Amino acid sequence: MNKKQSIILQRTYIILIFCFMYLPIAVMIAFSFNESKSRSNFTGFTLDWYKSLFHNEMILSALGLSLVLALVSSVLATVLGTLATIGINSMSRRTQLIVNNISYVPVVNPEIITGVSLMLLFVLAQNFGLGGEGGLFGWPTLIIAHITFNVPYVIFNVGPKLRQLDPSLYNAALDLGCTPRQAFFKVILPQLSPAILSAFLICLTYSIDDFMISYFNSGTMQTLPIAIYSMTRKKVSPEINALSAVMFCVILAIILISNAADSRAYRKNQTAIRKAMQEEGDR
Amino acid sequence: MLKSKTSRWLAGPYLVWMAAFIVVPLFIVIWYALTNTDGQFTLENLTQIGRYSSVFARSLILAAVSTVICLILAFPAGYFLSRLRANKQHIMLMLVMLPMWMNFLLRTYAWMTLLEKNGLINKFLGLFGIGPFNMINTSGAVVLGMVYNYLPFMILPIYTAMTKIDDSIIEAAQDLGCNIWQILWRVLVPLTGPGIATGITQVFVPSVSTFIISRMLGGGSNLLIGDLIELQFLGNSYNLNLGSAMSLVLMVIVLLCMSFTSSFDESEMEGVV
Amino acid sequence: MDENIIVSLKDIVVDFDGQKVLDGLSLDIHDKEFVTFLGPSGCGKTTTLRVIAGFVTPKSGNVFFDGKDIADLPPYKRPVNTVFQKYALFPHLNVFENVAFGLRLKKLPEEEIRPKVLEMLEIVGLKGFERRSIHQLSGGQQQRVAIARSLVNQPRVLLLDEPLGALDLKLRKEMQLELKRLQREMNITFVYVTHDQEEALTMSDTVVVMSGGNIQQIGSPQDIYNEPRNAFVARFIGDSNIVDGVMIKDFLVNFGGHDFTCVDRGFKPNEPVQVVIRPEDVQIVPPSVGMLTGLVREVIFKGVHFEMHVDVEGYEWLIHSTQASQPGELIGMNIGPDEIHIMARTEV
Repeated sequence: MNKKQSIILQRTYIILIFCFMYLPIAVMIAFSFNESKSRSNFTGFTLDWYKSLFHNEMILSALGLSLVLALVSSVLATVLGTLATIGINSMSRRTQLIVNNISYVPVVNPEIITGVSLMLLFVLAQNFGLGGEGGLFGWPTLIIAHITFNVPYVIFNVGPKLRQLDPSLYNAALDLGCTPRQAFFKVILPQLSPAILSAFLICLTYSIDDFMISYFNSGTMQTLPIAIYSMTRKKVSPEINALSAVMFCVILAIILISNAADSRAYRKNQTAIRKAMQEEGDR
Repeated sequence: MLKSKTSRWLAGPYLVWMAAFIVVPLFIVIWYALTNTDGQFTLENLTQIGRYSSVFARSLILAAVSTVICLILAFPAGYFLSRLRANKQHIMLMLVMLPMWMNFLLRTYAWMTLLEKNGLINKFLGLFGIGPFNMINTSGAVVLGMVYNYLPFMILPIYTAMTKIDDSIIEAAQDLGCNIWQILWRVLVPLTGPGIATGITQVFVPSVSTFIISRMLGGGSNLLIGDLIELQFLGNSYNLNLGSAMSLVLMVIVLLCMSFTSSFDESEMEGVV
Repeated sequence: MDENIIVSLKDIVVDFDGQKVLDGLSLDIHDKEFVTFLGPSGCGKTTTLRVIAGFVTPKSGNVFFDGKDIADLPPYKRPVNTVFQKYALFPHLNVFENVAFGLRLKKLPEEEIRPKVLEMLEIVGLKGFERRSIHQLSGGQQQRVAIARSLVNQPRVLLLDEPLGALDLKLRKEMQLELKRLQREMNITFVYVTHDQEEALTMSDTVVVMSGGNIQQIGSPQDIYNEPRNAFVARFIGDSNIVDGVMIKDFLVNFGGHDFTCVDRGFKPNEPVQVVIRPEDVQIVPPSVGMLTGLVREVIFKGVHFEMHVDVEGYEWLIHSTQASQPGELIGMNIGPDEIHIMARTEV
């Protein structure tokens, strides 16, 4: 097999894989514009499903709930996780290992286990009278559950960054007159902030996306994924197609924007570095 | 740096949280699994699971089949992607990850409509006078759903491992007389061992514990472990003790799978270093 | 106490996990001097610097600054500043803000900060760079920012921890001269850590040679080079031939089977000693008139000179000469009284 054939083969294979990954999504988006409820015959173009989606009380309130839940739990998880990272970093190696291994549990455990184990805890707490008449399940259980599965992602995102940090940065700050507290806020925190921000965004997406763990701990409340689940249980509802199309576009937009920002910053930096090298050569 | 005794206290709130919401719940699962509704110690829950051995077997088989298919599909994909030019790689990687960000209920729903008896695939085949086939509510559909949902989790770690393999290594292997299969078995597979191990865990664990895919694509006849557990906790056969026992067994299965892949991981590392 | 001493270390002991890094080290540093700690890695030179800066708390011993014990003073209260090995510039701040960092902590008014920072940037040759981000600087430029950031705080002592290690050879030579100029211009004490003996000899007023957590020798670069106190110093500072000999009486030493006049005295009669001879101090003469004779084993062309390995009574001698001999040739060797350095015999 010569080089050219092999390249064609490689390209074809990649295209086939992408077809497999994207065709179902493409079909859904196409049928979101279908006039009839049929999922195989395209009978005519309409935007009705989008209209009814944006008037669907269940979806809208579930979306609102998911956003608030994601925001609250992500903020709390980020704060808790960042503090924990710094604390863990100053522990002995042995303790670090133990804490990190336990933190791994929600990451590697099947989601269903994390879900039911928390549910059992809350059922027990409820049996002891916590939560009063209305019971415990609802906001408190959802927030606790979401924080619990999000904190490890903060620790595993910020931790490596903290360890990579040049230890002399902290010393330099002390050397120039910072108290340890000032050194943390003026030097360490700004260095960690990109990692903390990305950890926060990861928490947001996991939280909005989570179905399994919420499902066992939501009581009667409906997050967006739970609402979607109950919609798929009904026979035919082209609104789901419309919802998929909207979500796909939102995700695509976010990725494209963040990507463009990244590559712009990268190019800018590259030019500047070249300029600096040039100057050094001139001197 | 920052290794003062005072900064250690910053981990305090999390340690309490970790104990209360990670460690304690797991012990509660174990406790429930080993007691009956009166709180009396019993092994009955665990022995009862024997009645569901076919479900457990089906779960393991379907998850294993899905994992193998993912591996077969992802290995060449990871390699081909890693040989593209850097700027192209970046875009392609985005394309691999994009579906992961879509809610997996929606992704699974997409296949529900495609696989239906009068769905698009049967209609397309009908144009050539083939079918219609009965595709939805089969174990094949469940496997398809698993492969579709978790394929990116296999491609990404393999791709990452592949990017660390320089072209010159492959050229050196060719130079020393390897044919394509020998390059694959003697160079690529050993060097991507850790990536493969990660991929296997990332596909097998969610596959073996899902209940959504089986419910949406498998109909009522393809119950998996996940379905059983869900039924004990929120479904008709409400039985927290039996559910906990099933969860315990599932955890053990996952642990075994992970210790298997991690041992593979380590032995491969030894070969590399 | 000597008026002129600015930093004084007394019996400093530092151990990390039970391993002694500094073993009872005592040292006085004079004001407005360029002092270099020189030694192989792991000799404790950087630790000594960090003891002065306050990043390492000694297990025992005292650190005096201007006669006052500062052992309990945290780093941010000490009147010294450090230039770190890899500069440790703050990547989230631009050049100006990095240099202004210490001044801002002192809560100086903005109209005082600005001229001070700009002046300092001009001194280090970075005028016009103040709005650059740190990532946009070359290694040499980052180095200058790090120096400016420390000097702007007007420390009495500037500590430099192998600051030129990350630069290439040409830039390093340039920066050596520049640092020396800065030290004279600012008229403050520089304490410099390096493992590069040439760097130490070029820049310093005083060189402190360290090994195994202890000081081996303190002296001017000339002293250290010409009068090494022991075999370690002799070996570490440049190439040298170290041979066993016997001090017959004052000003007369025997080695290699020949009596040599020398300039050393104060040893016991017939005391065994070690003799240090620099490779460039051996004169090659015809074998018939040589004090010693040797067989040339190997000749290597080194650009400025030839390096020759010569066998003399079982010792391999290193000789640098501008004229080449042939391998296998028998040569005579003469050594003048001033080139012979006698040390008490030590185990190394």
